[in-house]
Amino acid sequence: MINDKQPLINSLDKNCSAVILLKSVHMGSFSPRGISFVNLRVLTAMIHVQNVSKHFGDLVAVDNISFQLEKGDVLGFLGPNGAGKTTTMRIITGYMPPTKGKVHVADVDIFEDPLTAKSHIGYLPENPPLYEEMIVTDYLDFVADIKKVPINEKKGRIHYVMEKCGIFDVGKRIIGHLSKGYRQRIGIAQALINDPSVLVLDEPTNGLDPRQIIEIRKLIKGLSGDRTIILSTHILPEVTMICSKVVIINEGKIVLEESLKRLSQKASDVENILLKTKYQGDEVREKILSIPNVSDIRSGPTNELIIQPKKGVDIREEVSELVIQNKWGLLELHPVAHNLEEVFLKVISSAGN
Amino acid sequence: MNAVYPILKRELRSYFASPLAYVILVVFQSISALFFLLYLKGLLHLQFDPSFHLFRGELNLNNVVVIPYFDTMSIVLLFIIPLITMRSLADERTSHTAELLFTSPIKLRDIILGKYLAALILLIIMLFLSSLNIIVLTVHGNPDLGAVFSSYLGLLLLGASFLSIGIFASSLSSSQLVSAIIAFGILLVLWLIGASSDTESSILGYISLINHFENFGKGIIELKDLAYYFSMIYIGLFLTHVALDSERWR
Ligand SMILES: Nc1ncnc2c1ncn2[C@@H]1O[C@H](COP(=O)(O)OP(=O)(O)O)[C@@H](O)[C@H]1O
Ligand SMILES: [Mg+2]
Repeated sequence: MINDKQPLINSLDKNCSAVILLKSVHMGSFSPRGISFVNLRVLTAMIHVQNVSKHFGDLVAVDNISFQLEKGDVLGFLGPNGAGKTTTMRIITGYMPPTKGKVHVADVDIFEDPLTAKSHIGYLPENPPLYEEMIVTDYLDFVADIKKVPINEKKGRIHYVMEKCGIFDVGKRIIGHLSKGYRQRIGIAQALINDPSVLVLDEPTNGLDPRQIIEIRKLIKGLSGDRTIILSTHILPEVTMICSKVVIINEGKIVLEESLKRLSQKASDVENILLKTKYQGDEVREKILSIPNVSDIRSGPTNELIIQPKKGVDIREEVSELVIQNKWGLLELHPVAHNLEEVFLKVISSAGN
Repeated sequence: MNAVYPILKRELRSYFASPLAYVILVVFQSISALFFLLYLKGLLHLQFDPSFHLFRGELNLNNVVVIPYFDTMSIVLLFIIPLITMRSLADERTSHTAELLFTSPIKLRDIILGKYLAALILLIIMLFLSSLNIIVLTVHGNPDLGAVFSSYLGLLLLGASFLSIGIFASSLSSSQLVSAIIAFGILLVLWLIGASSDTESSILGYISLINHFENFGKGIIELKDLAYYFSMIYIGLFLTHVALDSERWR
């Protein structure tokens, strides 16, 4: 039975079709996702969020979201401020219970057996949880204790995370006296101290200067591997750089969920065409717009035209013929890929309507 | 390994990492020494005052020094203990470490116990230092040591109940000042309802923190008083647990 299923699971995993969950699509009734959910369950998801909602009074901060991650996945949890990222992460880490829904971490229900589930998790909250008056090594020692790191492994773990996060040279300094960059590293170090298989990082690069941001991103990249990482951010390029999957959340709802490879493919699926001609009269616009496969046209920043074709159609030939026929003087004609930024903004604004 | 110990250790260290603990110890020690001298001086005056001739039998160390001294100490504790507990949980919120504690694989109960025991140790140090005053008495006079001992036990139990209520107050707010004021308010109310109905038989009289303290001053240790203070401590810690749990359940 299981052998029978295995190839199916793998193929689903690899080719899992781009699932776009726009506002109008109901999660529950979206059957392709339902099928993959049932099968992937056999593979023991490391994080499994099922129909989770969180209400604060009348405010719905998180609205019926579901996703799951396997070993080694690095998920970028992307959304504007107030989208519900922090709330979702607090629910996953067992800090607060959801109003509705279930969360499993390493196959353990976080609210039925919190101590076991929490022992698999490393968590960097939005603000690093630091005791200002402590010195760094004492602080890590304390965290190791409350994370139940065995006494004989404690010294080694502290050494390891300090080295990994580059905080050796401040080991004996008082935390309250350290810079924001160091404090963030100490925050990541404490999240790693129990060698967690699930790492939850809430906006790990927030408030850092550009050099520190690059360093922290490098650090996080180096942490992936067997670990399952969720990383929230409102900066899109961060996702491209670090993550293998992305979930975009807006106003508490998932508006897009897929692998990053898919997302970039999709971004280039609808390729816009950039056209620059010597002659720039209004009739250029009109004539191009009259090509059946063109859906939109707008002006670029330096007098060029950005032509948006209908989905999946290559219109370069038609456009170039038109230009040549009318002797407009072709200067430039090439595809411009949507960057992820555009996809992001599009997804969010279409969900907002 | 139990999580109570690391929490307790960190908490105690943090008390002594700030000047607050030292200030509290010094203030408490100074006030207690001051009142002690005041009562002692009062005794000397009274003994040479001819109009008190008839009461000479009553004018012993116990009645004029020891009992008023411990009564005063209990009121000083009422003011000082909210300052000890105000940071306990309020601080975990402002430093965002609440998220670390509550997502660690430890029980909420252990967090509260660790914090409570750390505050209790500070109280014990405080009472121990102030006992120097009494030791002076034993060198130069002969107070009723039984009463002194039971008074200390009473003071410790009273303080331990205050601490438990103070920690509960600290779980209600993220501001140290607010939590100190809440603690002081609750303690004052519990104190005053005793003063307004001093018979222990009434319910209010039973709830009163101070009514149960009187027996200890007379050298009497009664089970009902012990039971009262232990239930006070339990209720305070239990309410803390409820407050912290339900805050996240909102
Ligand atoms: N403890 C809380 N009480 C009330 N409202 C909250 C609380 N935490 C978050 N919110 C609200 O929930 C929404 C989502 O917040 P949050 O999860 O912090 O978003 P993000 O992390 O994506 O910026 C916001 O509107 C925020 O004001
Ligand atoms: Mg946030």
